[in-house]
Amino acid sequence: MRVGIGLPNTIPGVDGPVLVDWARRADAGPFSTLAVLDRLAYDSIEPFAALAAAAGVTKRAGLATMIAIGPLRNTALLVKQAVSVDALSGRRLTLGLAVGARLDDYETAGVEHRGRGARLSEQLATLRDGDDLGVRPNLRLLVGGMTGPAFARMARYADGYAHNGGPPRAFARAADSARAAWSDLGRPGRPVLWGQGYFALGDEEAGATYLRDYYAFTGPFAEKIAAGNLTSARAIRDFVRGYAEAGCDELILFPTVADLEQLDRLAEVVS
Amino acid sequence: MRVRIVGAGPAGLYLAVLLKKADPSHDVEVVERNLPDATFGWGVVFSEGTLGELRDADPETHVEITDTFARWPTVDIRYRGRLLRSRGHAFSAIGRRRLLQIMQRRALGLGVGLRFETEVSDVNGLAAEADLLVGADGVNSLVRRTYAAEFGEQVAPQGCKYVWFGTDLVLDAFTFIFKRTDAGIVQVHAYPFDERTSTWIVECPETTWRGLGFDAMNEGESLAACEALFADELRGHHLLSNRSLWTSFPLVRNDTWHRPGIVLLGDAAHTAHFSIGSGTKLAMEDAIALSQALVRHPRDIERALLDYELERQPVIERFQQAAGESAAYFTRVERYAHMDPMPFAFNLLTRSGRVTHANLAQRDPQFVRVLDAWFPGGGLLEPGAVAPPPLFAPWKAGAVELRNRVVRASAEPDRLPALARSGAGLVVAGPVAVTLDARISPDTPTLDDDASAAAWAALVDDVHAARAAAAVSLTHAGRRGSTRPPTHGADVPLRDGGWPLVAPSPIAYAPRMPVPRAMDAGDMARVGQAFAAAARRAAGAGFDMLEVDMGHGYLLASFLSPASNRREDEYGGELVGRLRFPLEVLDAVRQGWPEDRPLAVRLNVMDGTRRGLQLGEGIAIAGDLAEHGCGLIHVVAGQTVPEAAQADYRRGFLTPLADRVRAEARVPTLVGGYITTPDEANTLLGAGRADLCLLDVPDTDLERELVAAAGEEVAAAMAVA
Repeated sequence: MRVGIGLPNTIPGVDGPVLVDWARRADAGPFSTLAVLDRLAYDSIEPFAALAAAAGVTKRAGLATMIAIGPLRNTALLVKQAVSVDALSGRRLTLGLAVGARLDDYETAGVEHRGRGARLSEQLATLRDGDDLGVRPNLRLLVGGMTGPAFARMARYADGYAHNGGPPRAFARAADSARAAWSDLGRPGRPVLWGQGYFALGDEEAGATYLRDYYAFTGPFAEKIAAGNLTSARAIRDFVRGYAEAGCDELILFPTVADLEQLDRLAEVVS
Repeated sequence: MRVRIVGAGPAGLYLAVLLKKADPSHDVEVVERNLPDATFGWGVVFSEGTLGELRDADPETHVEITDTFARWPTVDIRYRGRLLRSRGHAFSAIGRRRLLQIMQRRALGLGVGLRFETEVSDVNGLAAEADLLVGADGVNSLVRRTYAAEFGEQVAPQGCKYVWFGTDLVLDAFTFIFKRTDAGIVQVHAYPFDERTSTWIVECPETTWRGLGFDAMNEGESLAACEALFADELRGHHLLSNRSLWTSFPLVRNDTWHRPGIVLLGDAAHTAHFSIGSGTKLAMEDAIALSQALVRHPRDIERALLDYELERQPVIERFQQAAGESAAYFTRVERYAHMDPMPFAFNLLTRSGRVTHANLAQRDPQFVRVLDAWFPGGGLLEPGAVAPPPLFAPWKAGAVELRNRVVRASAEPDRLPALARSGAGLVVAGPVAVTLDARISPDTPTLDDDASAAAWAALVDDVHAARAAAAVSLTHAGRRGSTRPPTHGADVPLRDGGWPLVAPSPIAYAPRMPVPRAMDAGDMARVGQAFAAAARRAAGAGFDMLEVDMGHGYLLASFLSPASNRREDEYGGELVGRLRFPLEVLDAVRQGWPEDRPLAVRLNVMDGTRRGLQLGEGIAIAGDLAEHGCGLIHVVAGQTVPEAAQADYRRGFLTPLADRVRAEARVPTLVGGYITTPDEANTLLGAGRADLCLLDVPDTDLERELVAAAGEEVAAAMAVA
């Protein structure tokens, strides 16, 4: 299993220099991939813009959206953004897409929430069929989501599955569903499986405050997500081992505190 | 810490005991509206796993509880006049009243305040005067209802109608009784809990309940009626009532079990259907988890409540899942009433998914040996006979005998011999297109001329050389044709070199897919002839079995489904119309296929969307296909439309569907659906949910797993034979 790190693009107050420094230092570290989250109605940096900035200061690490909310975006522009980041980075993009969980992102974008799944499928079909739009045929696509239709969509159009976080056993269950859907759709081999988790090494309270705020829309669930924040080297090692055992191919650890020291500490733990 | 607990049931009292024990300075009071010795119901069951936890949490009560326990290792199943016994289990039970007495005494000894006959009217007020208010007030919890919206309360009836009696008949086993009546089967769950009394729960589906007139009876009348119904089994003993009234089991779930300063425990937070006997166990484990969380976070109650919920919720979800399967099983027992006693009993024991062939073999090797010996012969039991597990039993249909029930499939012809060598009894080549324009993608193999038939014949020889049988799955892609190879995705249209698509109605399958042409009479005749010709070539190539593909939205499946068939001629409309063309094709294939070789259909038994084919119709279709000579239904579902809302990719997701087809249409079934271990396969085959199992394991693991599962003797026998 490979381990990547998140860019702090959805932590409020993060500015360009922090993001760019973070990317540069992560590229020099033991991380396989730099990944971003996506939120429209929240103090954050747009995921493709963040990856474009990261592309300019990195050479090695993969770049990934984990995930981007496809249906918020016009399909042609989404494809253009993805193709552009892929070109700027020298073909290092992995494009993860899902419908997202927040109604207010849709309201802010002026996009109907209803029909979001079918629209995401159209976007994926376009990306898969998109040689004329400049999409390279082997651009790696991931799809996220926990519903039956989401797994079917993943197996139909993508190369793998992007899980939305949680303890290893939750990942293992979703991984089973992803493999089951893959086989049901007649795809050869197995889907690539990506997982994610949150960490804060040292400033536990700031991390929890951010997660409670970021996930406030989930109601009581926000507390549980905050409680799952990995706040010690041991917790991270257990988590990494649990995901590896559950068959995860690439695990992204997202920061909850946008301090470069966090990155260095994580590098020590995972290297 | 000031703690107020509403409800003096096992959960509330046990929590009070554990909190007071952990810190005698806690001010703990339990408020109960009933008298100390008032209780509903009779005995409660525990599993051995719980007992260890009780011992660790409070040795004093553990000793008292276990001293009064009734314990037994046996499950008795009374069915069709037969008694089947399964041993090696570890049940224990205690009278509910006795359990409460032990808890009450212990609580009082530790200085817990107990206020009986005290009705709580003001939950908010009680919460305000405590650091922590605990709702341990059972399934109808007032505390939960007070904050129903915050907790995200969901309550719904689950399973059969049931009534909880006692009896003075002292049983020596957990006893299931299945009693046939004119109105349907009525079943009993009974177990001893002290030296004088047993619990005796009677249940049946609501239609049976009405049919027997229970809906119009009062407490005394229904007791008398149940006593009469089970007179033989009660052997002159009586049923006892304790406000024993017929009811439906309420399934309680909540999005969260806590809010600031308030927490739910046991049945107030969650219920699990009584047929897995876990309610009291879960409630007492909740009490242990909550008390430990409060010890871990003495100054942070909110964090403790969160920890408690994080620890318990996944456990509860697992039990609720198993309990749901169990409750559902008992509602459909009627459908299994044709089964022989052995598979019937094994199906019962494995109903919730917690007992499997492998772990039952550990607990009760004799029972599993008898099941395995029964399995291939269907009733021929030779004393002392040792047979391999169900997956390795042969399967016979017509002139074809499979050496085991392992089925493997591949879309790549070249892989078939390797699959056969890996130990499978049957390898399926497919999908194989009946003509070039019936292909799914350019990669789809065809069986449309003599040259391709010769190539297939060579492959079949290789499969036979590995002592496996070979099947071919013949398809026409319909509106899902002309796509890029599956390595690139599914339903991604070919840009260059594509071919025109046909379908019952001109509706594109997925985004960017072309609109197919609606088939006319000439098209249908040509497709029917192509299937028949392919069947003749398949027979000539030596295939042992032929499967006609009516699944996953390909051409024939798209005729079956109202979501894709909008025709207004005799090939559309009602089911009889939608089934017409697929049946014509099956009949044409039957003509070209030898009588003595099995003919299978890969059938979508439901589409998983509201406007698509429903399971009831799918089962009816399976019956019709059987009448037209189909001897095996390969059960699949979904993919008729790409965005099927009810798609559910759980492990073994097709097994419940195969079970229903087999039980209701009485056709043998082949099932896949991400079954990855021989144990899963042995369990579903032994329980009669399917006849053949399509295993989904990485090729490299298969041989090792099969050999391990079969046991060394069988592996040796296979190698020698």
